[in-house]
Amino acid sequence: MTAAMTRAPVSAAEGGTSASISADIPRRMALVVLFAATWFMAGCGDGGGWSGLLVSGLIAQDGDDLGQVTYDRWCAGCHGVDGTGNGPASGYMLPRPRDFTQALYNIRTTASGALPTDEDILAIIDRGMPGTTMPGWEDLLSSNEREALVQYLKSFSRFFTPDEVPEPLEFSRATRSNADVIAEGERLFRELADCAACHGNEGRGDGESAPTLTDDERDLPIRVADLTENWLFNGGGEVEDIYRRLLTGLDGTPMPSLADVITAGVITDEQLWAVAHYVRSLSPDDPPGITEVVRGVLFEDAPLPSSIDDEAWDDVERTYLPLVGQIIVMPRWFDPRVDGVWAQAAHDGESVAVRVTWSDPNNSPDPEWADWKSQVISLMQPKEGDPQDEGPTPDQLVIQFPMEMPEGMERPFFLKGDTRRPVYLWQWQSDRDGALEGEARGVGTEAFQSEAQDLTVDASYADGEWQIMFTRPLVTEDEGDLDFVTGEAIPVAFFAWDGDNGESGTRGAVSSWYFLFLEDATPATVYVYPALAMMLTAGLGFLAVGSARKRERVGVEIESETENS
Amino acid sequence: MLDRFELRGIVAPTLMLLVMAGCGGGDGGGGEAGGDMAMDNPVDAATAGNIAGSVVFEGMAPSMDMIDMSEESTCAAKHSSTPMVQEVVVNSNGTLGNVFVYVKEGLESLMFPTPGPVLLDQNGCVYLPHVLGVMTGQDITIRNSDGLLHNINASPDINRGFNSSQPVNMETTRSFGAAEVMVPLRCDVHGWMNAYVGVLDHPYHSVSNSSGAFSLSTLPPGDYVIEAWHERYGTQTQNVTVTTGETAEVTFTFSPSMARNAVVPLGAPIDVHAIAEAS
Repeated sequence: MTAAMTRAPVSAAEGGTSASISADIPRRMALVVLFAATWFMAGCGDGGGWSGLLVSGLIAQDGDDLGQVTYDRWCAGCHGVDGTGNGPASGYMLPRPRDFTQALYNIRTTASGALPTDEDILAIIDRGMPGTTMPGWEDLLSSNEREALVQYLKSFSRFFTPDEVPEPLEFSRATRSNADVIAEGERLFRELADCAACHGNEGRGDGESAPTLTDDERDLPIRVADLTENWLFNGGGEVEDIYRRLLTGLDGTPMPSLADVITAGVITDEQLWAVAHYVRSLSPDDPPGITEVVRGVLFEDAPLPSSIDDEAWDDVERTYLPLVGQIIVMPRWFDPRVDGVWAQAAHDGESVAVRVTWSDPNNSPDPEWADWKSQVISLMQPKEGDPQDEGPTPDQLVIQFPMEMPEGMERPFFLKGDTRRPVYLWQWQSDRDGALEGEARGVGTEAFQSEAQDLTVDASYADGEWQIMFTRPLVTEDEGDLDFVTGEAIPVAFFAWDGDNGESGTRGAVSSWYFLFLEDATPATVYVYPALAMMLTAGLGFLAVGSARKRERVGVEIESETENS
Repeated sequence: MLDRFELRGIVAPTLMLLVMAGCGGGDGGGGEAGGDMAMDNPVDAATAGNIAGSVVFEGMAPSMDMIDMSEESTCAAKHSSTPMVQEVVVNSNGTLGNVFVYVKEGLESLMFPTPGPVLLDQNGCVYLPHVLGVMTGQDITIRNSDGLLHNINASPDINRGFNSSQPVNMETTRSFGAAEVMVPLRCDVHGWMNAYVGVLDHPYHSVSNSSGAFSLSTLPPGDYVIEAWHERYGTQTQNVTVTTGETAEVTFTFSPSMARNAVVPLGAPIDVHAIAEAS
């Protein structure tokens, strides 16, 4: 008891010390960021601007305004010291950071055009905008800091006045979902509300109007949400979130509010819930977890899937693998269109088949997207001397393996290998038939055989989705090919390009190493042990039944005696 | 001049009452400013004058792009000839249409009753009219006559905007609480569809028509600054004096050499009588 009592204050003191140390580190980092930002701005040649920034930085250091201090430290790098969204890092982001002076907030609980509530702004600071570069700050800043930020953000816009308190809309309770509700939602989505005009028939953001959409703040190209990836919805992916977005719209974007449609009696509130349920149904029930392994299912008795739309694929587990922009080597790419691919694999002991599917709003090169493409390139490559739009470019997919199975955990460099450990590549692109096999010893050293010897590919594009299936014998005669082994984790990585998003070469989406695990042929023992177990169970079962019957007979006799009496 | 001062004498008490009643107009949001007030028009028609004129276009008319409506056959069918982008509309008589002409200065002391609703139609996947003038708080009935998905996305600077979906034939009513020239409207579904709404705290606005003519009627006598706004060629202003019973003639001239969205500085006051005699 005494020991515990004396220990407690000590640990509290330790806690206090460590807390003050950890609070010091960000403070120092903030200074570094501030000076870096200052240099950035100075480099732009706007003398008045940078001295102003320095002054405001000094004020922020000494001032009492927690909101301003927090903002200058953590937010100004992207959103700018003046809140206009033009911070030093903003040129690497699309959509650009929010311009707080315009007070156009996408995610609100208020009507279209109305200001957000304090809670709305806080919710975005806490959770971030998963479909953008805006992170969530709930675990990084204290609640005091986050609440002070809300007030500071509001101070950038003259629209927020003390008299005007935004009123949240009243939202009805979610209706129950079932197949009929979803079917009704789908009908409304496609026909009446025509959500498909922008979101596409299957909701992948490939609608007719998608290439021409711009935001309200800066008139820059803006992507349509891919409704099959609800974990990236900026306002949350559950049906309640979707319903709210339908009612409030996303101010500053082309997404309108459907509140007037209900007011005018065109659809009922219940029907709006049906649309929300349908949209929710387009994404998996649970967001894909982080998996390292793509399991290659063994087709022992059934034939390996022979085409992209072979029904046999329906039974093969899909693994979602996130991709990110390539930012290791120049030129970098901060705006990858492909944020992840779904991979499936199967083998029959002779050949391996890998099917990869991903959302892409266009089959590049698509002339409808030419303007989009040149705009994205000029927006994301702000420096002189960076590559410019070099004409139509295709969509591409590359699957990368080590050229030889690595010993232990030593794998080639994930970005196209290195001189010591080369990689073996499968390549497909949308403007050419067939697939290529190649090898690389680092970025820029890719060499492809003019014609794939052993690799075949089947590709299809429909409703904003690419499906690519590669097939190859497990073992080939070619020296440069990896021989696939079963029962071992084979390193695999994925690269994807959307040509109409300005992607080619090093400007594309990449993954780190994952593993392809081809199931072993089932060993004989697997059949023997269950059979033995079954026999044993059956034997024991007979014994048990026998003894039970004996007892039952006795029981029946007793019962009949009782009835007679 | 005297007339004007007399008028102010009448108006001032009314104004005071209105201000005290809290009907300040305000910025942003509210569409009800003055709407419920049984406000009388402060202008005495007997002493009023008018402004009329036209917008001349000098030089070669720029060729406008054709609108590709092939994806919207319903809309395409409503046009007898290929619809063209409405940005620059040069009329057959060499005048310029869709120029918003309004009183920019000279009415500051007056308050006007809010007129009834105006119609902004979406018909054939274009806004009709392309340029529209309203008063603060005046209802704009936005109609979808196409029966296919439009969204009306207003992105003003001074007012708060809105973005409303209209997937079928229906009407939506909106208004703007603060004066703003101009509020851009667009349909994101149909990238070519846009319109401009000029919001003023008085009713003296006009849009040059298919013969380039505009008119501002029943103005209190006095000195005014008139502005002409064009979506590509920017704004121009002229000083105009209105006298009782007279129609002051004003001509604005736009030409393609004008820089995009140029602001032509305020010119010397124009002697309207001299212009009238000359013509």
